[in-house]
Amino acid sequence: MAKVIEGLYYSESHEYLKVEGNIGIIGITDYAQKALGNVVYVDMPDVDDEVEAGAEFGAVESVKAASDLNSPISGTVVEVNEALEDAPELINQDAYENWIIKVERSDPSEVENLMDAAAYEAFCEKEH
Amino acid sequence: MMEQELKDKRTCLYDKHVELGALMSPFGGFVMPIQYAGIAEEHKAVREKVGLFDVSHMGEVTVRGKDAERYVQHIFTNDIANAPVGKIYYGMMCYEHGGTVDDLLVYKMGENDFFLVINAANIDKDWAWMQQHAAGFDIDLQNCSDAYGQIAVQGPESEQVMETILGIPCGELTFYSVKTVGDVIVSRTGYTGEDGFEVYATPEYIRQCWDKLIAAGVQPCGLGCRDTLRFEVGLPLYGDELAEDITPLMAGLGMFVKLDKEEFIGKEALAKQKEEGVAKKLVGIELADKAIPRHGYTVLKDGQPIGEVTTGYHTISTDKSVCMALIESQYAALGTEVEIQIRKKTFAGKVVKKLFYEKRYKK
Repeated sequence: MAKVIEGLYYSESHEYLKVEGNIGIIGITDYAQKALGNVVYVDMPDVDDEVEAGAEFGAVESVKAASDLNSPISGTVVEVNEALEDAPELINQDAYENWIIKVERSDPSEVENLMDAAAYEAFCEKEH
Repeated sequence: MMEQELKDKRTCLYDKHVELGALMSPFGGFVMPIQYAGIAEEHKAVREKVGLFDVSHMGEVTVRGKDAERYVQHIFTNDIANAPVGKIYYGMMCYEHGGTVDDLLVYKMGENDFFLVINAANIDKDWAWMQQHAAGFDIDLQNCSDAYGQIAVQGPESEQVMETILGIPCGELTFYSVKTVGDVIVSRTGYTGEDGFEVYATPEYIRQCWDKLIAAGVQPCGLGCRDTLRFEVGLPLYGDELAEDITPLMAGLGMFVKLDKEEFIGKEALAKQKEEGVAKKLVGIELADKAIPRHGYTVLKDGQPIGEVTTGYHTISTDKSVCMALIESQYAALGTEVEIQIRKKTFAGKVVKKLFYEKRYKK
């Protein structure tokens, strides 16, 4: 069973959002990392890039294919997880610990469009 | 997805794959195992030890009768004149315009008795093409694709596994040769760049072989690593490196196109292309960065598009981001600096040999 963490927000494209004040921490879920298999590359935006809710901001690549990363919220990138540049496999080890980008949120109300842990768990169940 | 899977055919080993927990996916009209343990792990098993593939989706056609050899010569780019019985040839079937219908293996089973192995995704198209060009030949042409199951045993330990686990003596078989044991066809062939064998037989026999090999601990391997393995040694896949608009000469397969042969379909167009030079050429490209070039991505020179990626990976054996790409010939020289567009960014690369890992065939 894929791990789902209480208190995070989740998108239908399997990204999670952890809210810390006006900062949103974004990564892919455990379900997503399991479905992808070995992650071999993470394509990340640059600091100061704008991201938009629902729009692509990068990609996670397994051996076989590239999967788009979609931002759950809008805002400005304030940090990217540089550890993933040399060790993309960290995502397979712990997808929640190894976030991908931190974003300064431009619209706090956007979280209302995301799922909570219970809803996401049910969503994955259905997808499976 | 479910509907798609229901339409797709199953090989005689389908239930074995499901039992082993394989990730199943449609490929070439069949629902096939993509991976069991993981692509990287299966890839390494084949490079270092031995791996087992279900390749029952491949198509088989037999050509027999008085004009069998003349017919194969007519549809096939390689030259099988005076071939000894038991020898296998790789080559293509081409359109009149030189584009590729399919790439295939021709097994010479006997005098005027040939066994053709074609790509799963092309079985219907190839079969129609073969029938269409059979007029005027005294031959018996049979599409036996559904009658044969097929496994591939690949890797440095494959000979030992074939002999000890399956009890099929095959040490005397040389690379690209075939023999029959009863109605079982065994050849020293494969699609991985390693030593290996392919076995064609009834579904019942193939299922027995599969069970014995799995029980002996041989790693089952899916189409995922079949693709990474063939890619690393620069072998083409129809649909990527060969297509209706990609001739064998563009794909760098000229050594399998015998233009000194009396005739074959596409000869004129290919001879002309050889004389004038190809407009586009298949090359290898190595990126400096870790980003992965994938099929269809644009290759650029000074910001201008010059071609497209056909297959790309971050290679498992050598840990590099590399691809094969079909680009304008003027940029195909080794060492030429090019760029590849990967999503929003462009990445610098250079043209290299399209061989990312040395083949280790047992000749």
